[in-house]
Amino acid sequence: MAHLRPSTPLIRIFLLFVLLPHSSLTTAQAIDVADWSALEQQARGQTVYFNAWGGEPRINSYLNWVAQTLEQRFNITLQHVKVADTGETVSKIVAERTAGNDTNGSIDLLWINGENFAALKQNKLLFGPWAEEQPNFSLVNANRFPEMREDFTVPTDGLESPWTRSQLVFYHDSQWLAEPPQTIAAILDWSTFNPGEFTYPRPPAFLGSTFLKQAVLEISNNDPALFAPVTDDQFQRVTTELWDYLDALHPTLLRAGRYFPNSAAELRRLMGDGEISLALAFNPNEALLSVRTGELPDSVRTYVLQGGTIGNVSFLAIPYNAQHKAAAMITANFLLSIEAQARASNPNHMGSTTVISIEDLDVSARQQFEPVSTDLAAASPDELSRKLQEPHPSWTPALERAWIQRYSAR
Amino acid sequence: MSNSDLELKDVSISLGGKQLLEINCSVGPGEILTVMGPSGSGKSSLLVYIAGFLAPVFESSGSVLVNGADVCSLAAERRHIGLLFQDPLLFPHLSVAGNLRFALQSNAKQKNQAISEGLNDIGLAGFDDRDPSTLSGGQASRVALLRLLLSAPNAVLLDEPFSKLDTQLREETRTLVFDKLRASGLPTILVTHDQADAEQAGGEIRTLL
Amino acid sequence: MLRWAGHSLIFLLAAPILLGTLIASLPAFGYFPPLGSSDFSLEAWRELFEVPGLTRSVLISLISGVLTPLISLALVFLYLASATGSKLDLWIRRLVSPLLSFPHAAAAFGLAFLIAPSGLLSRVISPGLTGWERPPDILIVNDTWGLTLLFGLIVKEVPFLLLMSLAALPQLQPRHRIEVARTLGYRPTIAWLKVIAPSLYPLVRLPVIVVIVFASATVDVALILGPTLPPTLSVRVLSWFNDPDLNLRFLAAAGSLLQLGVSLIAVAIWLALEKFVGLLWRFWLAAGNLNTGEGLAFAIGRSAMPLVLVVIAGSILALLANAFAGPWRYPSALPSSWTIQHWANSLSDLSTPLFNTVLISVSSTLLALLLVVATLESERQSSKSKSTALWLLYLPLLIPQIVFLFGIIVLTEFVGWQANLSLVIFGHLLFVLPYVFLSLSEAYRQLDPRWTQVASTLGASQLKSFWRIRIPLLLAPCLTAVAIGMAISISLFLPTQLLGAGRITTITSEAVALTSGASRNLISVWAVVQLSLPILGFMMALLIPKFVWRNRSGMIDTR
Repeated sequence: MAHLRPSTPLIRIFLLFVLLPHSSLTTAQAIDVADWSALEQQARGQTVYFNAWGGEPRINSYLNWVAQTLEQRFNITLQHVKVADTGETVSKIVAERTAGNDTNGSIDLLWINGENFAALKQNKLLFGPWAEEQPNFSLVNANRFPEMREDFTVPTDGLESPWTRSQLVFYHDSQWLAEPPQTIAAILDWSTFNPGEFTYPRPPAFLGSTFLKQAVLEISNNDPALFAPVTDDQFQRVTTELWDYLDALHPTLLRAGRYFPNSAAELRRLMGDGEISLALAFNPNEALLSVRTGELPDSVRTYVLQGGTIGNVSFLAIPYNAQHKAAAMITANFLLSIEAQARASNPNHMGSTTVISIEDLDVSARQQFEPVSTDLAAASPDELSRKLQEPHPSWTPALERAWIQRYSAR
Repeated sequence: MSNSDLELKDVSISLGGKQLLEINCSVGPGEILTVMGPSGSGKSSLLVYIAGFLAPVFESSGSVLVNGADVCSLAAERRHIGLLFQDPLLFPHLSVAGNLRFALQSNAKQKNQAISEGLNDIGLAGFDDRDPSTLSGGQASRVALLRLLLSAPNAVLLDEPFSKLDTQLREETRTLVFDKLRASGLPTILVTHDQADAEQAGGEIRTLL
Repeated sequence: MLRWAGHSLIFLLAAPILLGTLIASLPAFGYFPPLGSSDFSLEAWRELFEVPGLTRSVLISLISGVLTPLISLALVFLYLASATGSKLDLWIRRLVSPLLSFPHAAAAFGLAFLIAPSGLLSRVISPGLTGWERPPDILIVNDTWGLTLLFGLIVKEVPFLLLMSLAALPQLQPRHRIEVARTLGYRPTIAWLKVIAPSLYPLVRLPVIVVIVFASATVDVALILGPTLPPTLSVRVLSWFNDPDLNLRFLAAAGSLLQLGVSLIAVAIWLALEKFVGLLWRFWLAAGNLNTGEGLAFAIGRSAMPLVLVVIAGSILALLANAFAGPWRYPSALPSSWTIQHWANSLSDLSTPLFNTVLISVSSTLLALLLVVATLESERQSSKSKSTALWLLYLPLLIPQIVFLFGIIVLTEFVGWQANLSLVIFGHLLFVLPYVFLSLSEAYRQLDPRWTQVASTLGASQLKSFWRIRIPLLLAPCLTAVAIGMAISISLFLPTQLLGAGRITTITSEAVALTSGASRNLISVWAVVQLSLPILGFMMALLIPKFVWRNRSGMIDTR
């Protein structure tokens, strides 16, 4: 009960009335993140509540497979708690701390990156460090790929374990648009002559925010200020041209910029309905997979802008008050295994991009990964190697807020 | 034969301080007292009071004695006072026999036999499984009467029970009801508009103002 | 014991909601110890009023809060005035309960696909009538002033207000009154409006206020149909709550109090409007035997309701078509092929949510039925007039969900309840109860008291006449109330998601999660499942009494 800080009258009243019968009787077992076999022992019989975006059926069914495998091998029950927005999960952790629930948290593992991670890390709401103790962590070769230890420029400090890679890609319907624009500036030129054929999700939808970041990176020519915490002056200086650009672009967008789709899925539906000819996605395989299901016409092609596009890594983290930390770590380590990563990167299953450094693997392990797709709808590996770094996470909310300030009430 | 009697002693009912009625009377076994009066004279309130359903907005005083015992403090279901309404009010979800069985005391013996004998008695032999809504008006009234008698009451109240029947049927039903009540030796209070009812009842007639 | 039923019922409902509202509103004044802030300040309010487009958000919430009930009620009254007793009426009365159960998120999604520039309607008339090879670039869904939102809300609320009016009508003995008015020379539609409407309105006033609050504070319908630049106030409050920037909590709390204020202002505007219309009506009544307007009122009344039905049917059709559609390119009126692939893909994911949905809706509804019947029975036995405290029952419908749910979560955390099934069931109970009460109370109160009196004079105890007489006589209304309660429970999203911490998934929570990423086909599969469950419930409510009372013609249509 010591954690409850009964410092305020209101909380004292609650303590009197409602907390008497309830105190956490389970003394949390000591967790030694370095002793992996002890962790496996502790994890047996535990249930891991894994809060992850539940909007994508392919990811959901991949996680079903993970759950079955964990059950068989480690006697761990994985329950995928489907969330629409990681912000909800952050909210939930805060609500638990509000109530003084510091040991019986309802979330054991969450899919996270960027400003969500930054917020939790800053408020010390994450458990760890643990991630680099995982046996499978070496597979990502963090020395060669520093992005495995940096989440939007913020050091992960072992608080999160890499899960998948994402990269911003554009896709176009070649039936209506044969030669898609290759730069942010070219998009404006093209859209001016072809009004109503492009739009992007409304920030703070993450794909919309990513478009803003892509635009500001390209317009400012990767200004170094973008990779440090944002300040008012720098923000003013770096984004002035961005707003000029958007002021010019918006009237040329679908519905003359008086409407923006809610999510990547809504954007994809607009493409499938023939409302627009150019769209964007954060999973390089998204268009390919949607063509296969018939949601998008087979004339759709994916590409990467000339100067490269933003790529990032998303991670798994454990809240400070998680009840089943041992099982959460075993789960994260399994998700990072060659077997799980190979299946995840298979377009027939989840279709994501792996975080494992495939070149470092021996031949037999390498063969578990599908060969690179030569499908017309997919972007080439060559294109995908043109990668831009995410700005510092403080830029994301700053850009989102400024966007809302300027465009949400016109 | 029941051979009980019913006595109303200084019964007074008022609403909002205004007295609706005041009555003193005694009804012997097999006797039928007729209460007449214009609408609003409180004659229906009287029956409701005796049966035990008077709404709390009414103020009442006096006592109702059944076989000399005051029943005023008892709940309606413990007064053993039967009531026939204008409508037969056969429970629509029960069969004819189900309606009759509902009235029998739970400890009554040979229920089925009592029911078929009773039906036979009112000229409806074999109607046990009938849906009450398929009965004619006269048949339904007779079943309602039989149901009342099977509940073994100590006194009976009739609230214009024939007013909804046409002239021909009214005559028949009235005769049957009065005969049965007299034969059972039950003290009865009849409330009616109809002079013919009062005449055939053959007992004392009180008129409320 | 029964005497306590009413009180405990009210306490059960009122306490968590009032406490939840209180707790959720503290951060609005700067009090939020977990973020290190325990000093009271008005900073959050200053910030709130600087939010761009706030006035527009508030205005749109207000407009939908006032216009939705106004137009819906007008349509319902004109319909009742013009169609009572007609063949059309017979049909619509049968359809109204199942229609009410159409979950709003599914309805909104279907409607959006029906009327979008690339939607079903546009596909049917293109390119033949329009020459469109690609969808026209016009803003219909998510329009700036929320007209589509208003339209969607009206389509949703008309069945609700119609059902409530139909439940209240019998006690006015409309046929008798209309006959009297007609012998005085009034035409039927005008007669209804002059004689019945003024006495019916007070009986449906509470449901109308429920509509005002829902329309001014809806989240799920506004997310799908509402404007996006800026969104309605409720949608913005939710996004502030979910923002990873924890400092927005203060803003969110202030916003939710503002939402409460906006809903209250909408109600206040309504009450003023009520006075004004009442005055007009009195003039109109005093004007005497005028039949002007009969034709217009008749035409609107007769045509608007079928139009609402057609829109709902169109939305259902749109969902069904998408659930079985293969590739479907614009402007084809039909998909290029039909497939059950979407169903095959969802089958394995459906079972757990389906089981949870049935479990939660059945238990919360049966619990609600028990409490409601106990309350109504105690009200009957005490033979007092309606308890004034009963309006508290409607608290969960009168305070916007978003205002008190966050507080309830904090509250349950204090109590130390882990998210679990019973908590979710309790949360559903809060919302199911008022609807069960609304739908059952009139039938219960109107049951002829002579049935019980007859039973008593036959020596039956209260208990015996309750079980053997009242419950069987009220079987059909009880089953309808159960069907409505289950339908409400099935459509609930926020309580399931928030109180279940996302661990307890229902068809609705899964469907909403899928809208952020899945294909339209897959979303439609879930929407079709979501809407067929309540329809099953209503079919049972209709068929069970028919079967049980197949040999009791007096039990059919006695209501």
